[in-house]
Amino acid sequence: MNAAVLEELPRSPGVWAQAWKRLRADRVGMVSLTITFLFIVLVVMAQLGLVAADWQREVGTPHAPPHFVGKIADGSETAVVEVPSGPNADLSAIDPLAPRYKEWDERAAQFKTADSAKSETLPLGGDRLGRDVLAKAIKGAQVSIAVGLIAALFATVIGTVLGAIGGYFGGKVSDFLEWIYNVFTAIPYILLIFSLAAVLKSGPLAGAVGNGIWTVVIILSLVGWTGIYRLVRAEYMKHRSREYVRAAEAIGASHISRMFTHILPNISHVVLVQLSLHVVSFIKTEVILSFLGLGVPVDMVSWGTMISEAQNELVLGKWWQLATATAFMATFVTAFAMVTDALRDALDPKLR
Amino acid sequence: MISYLIRRVLQMIPTLLGVILLVFFLFKYFGGDPSELLAGMSATPQQIASIRGQLGLDRPVTEQLWIFIRQIATFDWGSSWATKESISNLFETRLPATLTIMVPILILEVALAIVAGVAVAYVRGSLTDRLVMVITTVALSISFLVYVVVGQYIFGFWLGWFPVQGWSSSLWTNLVVYAPLPVFLAVLVSLAPHTRLYRSFILDEINQDYVRTARAKGVGENTILFKHVLRNAMIPILTNVATQLPGIFVGSFLIEVFFSIPGVGREILLAVNRSDYPVIQAFTVYLASLTMVINLVTDILYKFVDPRVVLK
Repeated sequence: MNAAVLEELPRSPGVWAQAWKRLRADRVGMVSLTITFLFIVLVVMAQLGLVAADWQREVGTPHAPPHFVGKIADGSETAVVEVPSGPNADLSAIDPLAPRYKEWDERAAQFKTADSAKSETLPLGGDRLGRDVLAKAIKGAQVSIAVGLIAALFATVIGTVLGAIGGYFGGKVSDFLEWIYNVFTAIPYILLIFSLAAVLKSGPLAGAVGNGIWTVVIILSLVGWTGIYRLVRAEYMKHRSREYVRAAEAIGASHISRMFTHILPNISHVVLVQLSLHVVSFIKTEVILSFLGLGVPVDMVSWGTMISEAQNELVLGKWWQLATATAFMATFVTAFAMVTDALRDALDPKLR
Repeated sequence: MISYLIRRVLQMIPTLLGVILLVFFLFKYFGGDPSELLAGMSATPQQIASIRGQLGLDRPVTEQLWIFIRQIATFDWGSSWATKESISNLFETRLPATLTIMVPILILEVALAIVAGVAVAYVRGSLTDRLVMVITTVALSISFLVYVVVGQYIFGFWLGWFPVQGWSSSLWTNLVVYAPLPVFLAVLVSLAPHTRLYRSFILDEINQDYVRTARAKGVGENTILFKHVLRNAMIPILTNVATQLPGIFVGSFLIEVFFSIPGVGREILLAVNRSDYPVIQAFTVYLASLTMVINLVTDILYKFVDPRVVLK
């Protein structure tokens, strides 16, 4: 058969091309994918410092309401302090500090204080310090989505590699990994998180890990790999004796090559769906952890810290921070969950 | 049956040993130095050395591990580093509060979700069904924390139906006055995922052959749903309840912290914040053992629910 004849043969599209075609036909999936993509663009822009870089600046008055609500009279402005009338009593004779006032005034004059204009209202309101809630929500999106994505990626890598080894080799290796799996699942999920948090907080690793988002990422990925491991292991057990793997063995492919270049692409849909399911669940867990004080550090902002702050604000009637953070999070999580559903439908060979 | 039980208990030993090793080495090599944590910032080297001696930290690792295992086996954990309260006392006093909250949550959650799941499955494919599915999808995307924050504000602060938070020493007062709001909110939040799950369990059964047979011989739709399908759907539902059962001893950390309920969850979080290692270790090992025992009991209970299950 020469090349010309090969060209003539009908080409069957690959798995991914077919999946993409099915995904494009799914209208809900495409809308969700667009929303998710926009969020990712926002995250990248925030990471590069193009948007919300100065989220920590106090641009408004404390608890500045959103534009559409307008200025709320809270009574503090209407209370007029009465200025005492009459001539100022000259106390310099008995005031022990009087001789130094001039010196202090001069010294104080050396420092320039910029009186920044603080706006009464902000696009989506301000927080306790007058920081722009919109900027916080965008910066929070960056942190929350980064935590979710990185932790899910780590968990998926751990789960896939261990699952591949356990499922492919079987025997003693598999028994050992099963034992580790049993140990990790015997401990209630949240207790494992807390034990790791306690250790990372005060242990020798506390310095190495730093106090950025990495603590949360490490905790979530060390706790979250078990489900992925189980699924990937089952897939590898199914695939390891299939004909295409035997054929690869016959042409001399190594174990590693058979595991990761032959079998892995065939089960990648399982891994991909698990990855995106974990992103959603980790973003939600981060909110809870931040509320419990084990999440992102106080000098950072995430959707979780915003919602935690809102508990005290709500009693004062300042609902905008809670509403903004919830709306951002709900939009992203819903869109991402629907992308996951669409992805599963598009990739699942059983539905063909 | 007996041989199954013996084998399962024997299988638990390596897992339990693994949990003990994990907890021991995690805190031993990755945790902070207990003597420095205990002695504080301004401790002299002599003080640190004396604490190391008291805790047995100057002995070889294997001996320390042996002491650790002995503590677990004899239920003698000594006391918390921070409060000097004995750990057995901590279990005794914190567990009732957790159970007061968690048992009503579990019962209400399962009962309501079965009703909702059956109701939605009954009208499957209709506009109501699709509407409920959309609502649950959106409801699921909002954080648990938001529901609790808003729920406490509306029902506790604004409407004033329930106390905002609090706890008393009488079980009855707790159940009637302080528990309702946290229980109500937790059940409300769990309703969306559970309804979806139970609906899918029921729909899985509806497509089975025995349902078609029942239809073919003229059994009414209601009888099919409530007599044939529901009974079979109870098996996955029970599995789901069984996986949640250990959780009632751990408690909901968020609920307990948020409503200041002196339960197990809040105690563990306090211990994490104080680096109170013995408390965390004890709770982790015992709650893991409890989880394994509950899993065994539920596996045996299956036998009674589903005669097809053969224990081997």
